[in-house]
Amino acid sequence: MRITCPVCGERDRREFTYKEAALARPEAGADLEDWDAYVHLRENPAGVTRELWYHEMGCSAWIVVTRNTVTHAMLGSELASGADLGGKR
Amino acid sequence: MRFSGWRVLKEGLTGNKGWTPHWRNPEPKSEYDVVIIGGGGHGLATAYYLAAEHGITNVAVVEKGYLGGGNVGRNTTIVRGNYYLPGNSEFYSHSLKLWEGLEQELNYNAMMSQRGIINLFHNDGQRDAIVRRGNAMINQGDDAELLDRGQLRRMAPFLNFDNNRFPIQGGLFHRRGGTARHDAVAWGFARGADMRGVDLIQNCEVRGIDVEGGKVTGVQTSRGVIRAKKVALAAAGRSGQVAAMAGLTLPIESHILQAFVSEGIKPLVDHVITFAEGHLYISQSDKGGLVFGSYLDLYSSYAARGNLPMVEHTMESFMAMVPAVGKARLLRSWGGIMDMTPDGSPIIDHAPIDGLYLNCGWCYGGFKATPGSGNAYAHLIATDRPHGAATKFKLDRFRTGVGLMDEEGTGAQHNLH
Amino acid sequence: MRVPGKGLYEGGPSVSFTFNGRPMMGLEGDTLASALLANDVHLVARSFKYHRPRGILTAGSEEPNALVTVGSGAEQDPNTRATVQELFDGLEARSQNCWPTVEHDVMAVNDLAAPFLGAGFYYKTFMWPAAFWEKLYEPMIRRAAGLGALSGAADPDLYEKAYAHCDLLVIGSGPAGLMTALVAGRAGADVILAEEDSRMGGRMLAETEEVDGQPAHLWAEGVIAELEAMGNVRLMARTSVAGAYDQGTYAALEKVGHHRLRQPGLPRECFWRIAAKQAVLAAGAIERPVAFRNNDRPGIMAAGAVRAYLNRWGVAPGQNVTVFANNDDAHRTARDLTEAGVHVAALIDSRHDAPGSDLFKVIKGGQVCNASGRKRVESITVRSVAGEEKIQTDCLAMSGGWNPSVHLACHQNGRPAWDRDSAAFLPVVGMVPGLSYAGACNGTFSTAGALREGVEAARAALAELGIKAPDVDVPQAQDDPYRITALWAVPGKGRAWLDFQNDVSVKDVQQAATENFRSVEHMKRYTTQGMATDQGKNSNVAALAVLADATGRGIAETGTTTFRPPFSPVSIGAMGAGATDMGFKPQRFLTSHGVAEERGAQQLEVGLWYRAGYFPKPGETNWRQSCDREVTMVREAVGVCDVSTLGKIDIQGPDAAKLLDFVYTGMFSTLKEGRVRYGLMLREDGFIMDDGTTARLGKTHYVMTTTTAAAGQVMAHLEFVLQALRPEWDVRIASATEHWAQFAVAGPKARALLNGLLDSQIDSASFPFMGCGEMSVMGVKGRLFRISFSGEEGYEIAVPARYGDSLFRTLTARAEALGGGLYGMEALNVLRIEKGFITHAEINGTVTMHDLGMEKMLSTKKEFIGKSLAQRPGLTDPMREGLVGLKPVGAVKQLSSGAHLFSQGDPVERVYDQGYVTSVGFSPTLGHMIGLGFLKNGQARIGEHIRMVDHMRGLDAVCEVVNPVFFDPEGGRLRG
Repeated sequence: MRITCPVCGERDRREFTYKEAALARPEAGADLEDWDAYVHLRENPAGVTRELWYHEMGCSAWIVVTRNTVTHAMLGSELASGADLGGKR
Repeated sequence: MRFSGWRVLKEGLTGNKGWTPHWRNPEPKSEYDVVIIGGGGHGLATAYYLAAEHGITNVAVVEKGYLGGGNVGRNTTIVRGNYYLPGNSEFYSHSLKLWEGLEQELNYNAMMSQRGIINLFHNDGQRDAIVRRGNAMINQGDDAELLDRGQLRRMAPFLNFDNNRFPIQGGLFHRRGGTARHDAVAWGFARGADMRGVDLIQNCEVRGIDVEGGKVTGVQTSRGVIRAKKVALAAAGRSGQVAAMAGLTLPIESHILQAFVSEGIKPLVDHVITFAEGHLYISQSDKGGLVFGSYLDLYSSYAARGNLPMVEHTMESFMAMVPAVGKARLLRSWGGIMDMTPDGSPIIDHAPIDGLYLNCGWCYGGFKATPGSGNAYAHLIATDRPHGAATKFKLDRFRTGVGLMDEEGTGAQHNLH
Repeated sequence: MRVPGKGLYEGGPSVSFTFNGRPMMGLEGDTLASALLANDVHLVARSFKYHRPRGILTAGSEEPNALVTVGSGAEQDPNTRATVQELFDGLEARSQNCWPTVEHDVMAVNDLAAPFLGAGFYYKTFMWPAAFWEKLYEPMIRRAAGLGALSGAADPDLYEKAYAHCDLLVIGSGPAGLMTALVAGRAGADVILAEEDSRMGGRMLAETEEVDGQPAHLWAEGVIAELEAMGNVRLMARTSVAGAYDQGTYAALEKVGHHRLRQPGLPRECFWRIAAKQAVLAAGAIERPVAFRNNDRPGIMAAGAVRAYLNRWGVAPGQNVTVFANNDDAHRTARDLTEAGVHVAALIDSRHDAPGSDLFKVIKGGQVCNASGRKRVESITVRSVAGEEKIQTDCLAMSGGWNPSVHLACHQNGRPAWDRDSAAFLPVVGMVPGLSYAGACNGTFSTAGALREGVEAARAALAELGIKAPDVDVPQAQDDPYRITALWAVPGKGRAWLDFQNDVSVKDVQQAATENFRSVEHMKRYTTQGMATDQGKNSNVAALAVLADATGRGIAETGTTTFRPPFSPVSIGAMGAGATDMGFKPQRFLTSHGVAEERGAQQLEVGLWYRAGYFPKPGETNWRQSCDREVTMVREAVGVCDVSTLGKIDIQGPDAAKLLDFVYTGMFSTLKEGRVRYGLMLREDGFIMDDGTTARLGKTHYVMTTTTAAAGQVMAHLEFVLQALRPEWDVRIASATEHWAQFAVAGPKARALLNGLLDSQIDSASFPFMGCGEMSVMGVKGRLFRISFSGEEGYEIAVPARYGDSLFRTLTARAEALGGGLYGMEALNVLRIEKGFITHAEINGTVTMHDLGMEKMLSTKKEFIGKSLAQRPGLTDPMREGLVGLKPVGAVKQLSSGAHLFSQGDPVERVYDQGYVTSVGFSPTLGHMIGLGFLKNGQARIGEHIRMVDHMRGLDAVCEVVNPVFFDPEGGRLRG
């Protein structure tokens, strides 16, 4: 498996660490339901998904990878810094 | 037909012409008391116990492929009761007891082999964690023993005791743990359920769950609508998709776990041995293949196949611990889809829809749970009360934080358990 | 035996080897199988279940029968296919899974009991009495099972792993593969051509045909020479591509040392990870047997293999050969044999419209329905319109047609499609992204067709790569159509074998269908067909055809089982290369490692680090004596300990304080320059992730320390927060763990020691508790932190790592001069337990701030990671297990980590469990053991006597629940 880092280009998967689905963090003071959904519940699609990876053995970039969970096709990647995951603040 | 040595002998003498189907291939009826979605180990065990213990036989198990084609047919066959947190502890203890009588109960030789499981430890911190676990097992009424290096060396002389990056200091021995022939477990439950009148419907894919007024009324399948008073989900690996048919989002992320078998070799490994530092677990099948695995591929997937990094990690781990296996050859590798929950422990609970039941989130511990899960799930479906050994497998524990069972202490990241 | 004038190795050097102890001769270029056949040895092995005599079936890696053990002792290599083991001088091979000899194998009695040992028999018996399964039946089965044996000793051989990258990977070097590589190579693409055989050329080495007017193997040699001369083509012979993984990653095993005597430093195998932008599968096809009664007898071989032995190795596997086929291709075996002067008794073709021959007798519409001869075929029974006749023969070459080697194409869950015309499964376009097919693996069986598809595949791949394809003429070669009429099993009595190694017969498959194991997966799992070392390469298609017939379905509808990696088995040694001995994980050494070694310190593994456990002095006979001395030394004088393993993260930027406020539960934006603060950070789920201190070195400059265990996790976490959650903040972070050597200097004389080294003196006013700053030590710029993990006045002094060894030696000498010295992890642990300081033994991932009694450190004035979920009812419940101290108060003075706690009088059962012990040590300061643990509602139970039970170590003690701070609870000592 190979993943494209927006900074470094295509690299072997073992340079990267997977975290979880790329979801926007709830704002401070959001309901417990929102936090539960953010931390625990998952759409978990059999198909295209967006997820967070860390180029830990490379440039340390956190990236959002768009990928198909059935075919393992890599459909795109972008820096997490531009993905608006921080929620309202 | 009752199976026995005599029957094998008689059939052998008469040309093996008298064997009959282990189960029927019924057409689905229009309505059942209970429809179980998923003809894997847990679904079949649930159907069996519904019929055998609760007398509920107007039951259909609907399976989109073939019986036992999910994780019950693609695991590393390990059976154990060595958990330490309340909730898990009593459940796996209950399940292990069911395993111990399974063959006689089912009249099917599932080859339950209590050859013992050894968890290795390599430093004081791991030893203390293992002691905590072992004590919990004894307190639960199960068995556990601490092994020192000398004892280990006698039991498993092939382990790397002398030149190891993580020198082996000892192990936790769980004598009643072991392995079972995975396919036979599914087939035995299938046959037992079928004999009691349960309809096992293969090649029947559920495409919708019908809910009316907050109550479940049936399922839509590739073979038509089947009405049901109760619908029970047991579709490990596809739990999220099936639950979504009823509008539910589950605390589950699907991950790949690869497993491996070597070519047959003469007996070398008598026990199940685990090496936490390298995530490795190994055993040797009765046929001679080394059966082993290690860690999730660690990315979400439904592909039932993995990639090289974890393959190599597994082999490296094996060579580090057992350098005698260098010339054993990997014969086959495969992947199973794991329902990973935020605390690494499962869910057996009511869904928030009347008549809908959930059995999911077994992570990579589903096989050993098979009889316990079926038994407890059948109890819940039949009585609408949780089984005494499965009171803590609640769906809402993540929201409330009450009764989380995070054995690894890795927190609410699904793939880290 | 050898056929004069035949073979590619005739006239070459001869080679001596032994088989089952018998010395024999062969030729360089031989495989063990060809050499054995040249020596007229057919019986080489026994089958798995019934121990039936087995000969050589094939000439390739798919061989199911001729598995032998090569070598002896720790080097012995079981389950080696004689068909791929290259012969070399001194090779020792022997039969396996037989006793006492392959000729006379006691376990062959199993065959007599075969009526009782059919498909799935073991699921129906061995259940009574219940205890007998594990006591009697299973041990008996285990002893009988398995093929060859490992020595049990550590594998002494070397293995390697490597990566390769290319534009185009070509898998297979037959006419299709060579042509693909040639075209792509000429175009300038980076090409890897992988061939599992020792010699490139594929079937061109085994046939007598011509390409462009010259013998095919010579044409191949020319192409190979041209490829070798190209700088952009890498030829990898003896390299089996094992798996097709995602994004064009292919696994391959190169055999480096199997074909010669061992040499020091020479690896046995190399495991390759090949990243290919495009790939072409040109893996050829595998011939399949026909099932008929006793079709497993030694001397009954694949027809293409017989031809290969004749044409490539100059060996005739018999002198009176018969051929049984359902296709035209096998007629070439009879033709080549006859032309080479070997007698062909008859060719039996199941097709009534089979072609005739002037060279040999052809029985059209005939079927072989039985074979006689137990250890070597002696005759066959042929059924035809003329009735049954017996034909004497010492070798039957059979062909049920060819199965394209689609395996790699199917490794990503794609299913091949059934093609009626060729009676075979063919790959479907797009099953593996970037992989296309050429030649026989694509169902194109003629040489001309393979050459043509090779060119086409190269052109398509080059187009994808954006490289211009050169003009290449497709060479001239035979273009005969592949004509076949499917025949899977010859009807009749007796056992007709499908899976030779696992002894699965047509009847077994039919019985499985009768018992409703109708899915192809059920049939496989019930009968074990396809689960042998060939993974069904020889038997799958016929078996599923038999199943299709038995269940009244078509072959396409019945489908195949799943193709899984590896294509051919790969040694665990190769895939696990580098991990033996110390190689499993990197080793991280401290700058003080040299001193620790010199002083005989016991090294402990802490994650990947090695840390000194204790520093024994002369006369000390166990670790406790050293530990007690070191603890007392710190309490009474001064101790020095390397703490560099703690994670150090440098944090700089105008928004640095915002980051700290966001990741710690406590407030850090109020921290003044020159001060240090302790903090805990949570995971987003509200449980504690880690603890540590952060020092403010400048206006916008902080340095955070993490625990050793969580250093990487915290670094990733901070990066996540900064990049994903708060990218607008102007902060940069860097891990500085290995850049700084950091040493704790603790004890009443700590300041005195430091003042002897520092270039400007410190005192309690200028450098108070929790102060920090830059300083100069003997001319080297460093940092000083007044923090303490021991409860004594303590400092941590940090210098660039290159000065670490020097400073540590200096500190050691100065400490010893003051009556102090070095202390290790054991003493550090006791010192911190005496103070109730926590480590990851306590913050084990399931612990909350409330559990530690630190809920007041959950700031209410700001947002921080984990704040919301930390307030869940399950995390704040006072009945949770809370941190307490424990001391023994009964007759048993021991405490032990991992013990569980019970209220006195309660049964020792799970439901009464009150908690557990996390850390223990003997406190020389207090004169008794002390421990930390978690106890339900613990903070409210101080003073209570409870029971501590450790079944594992046989301990049962009464303890008093005490405040976790055992020593100097007011903290006067650390404030100095």
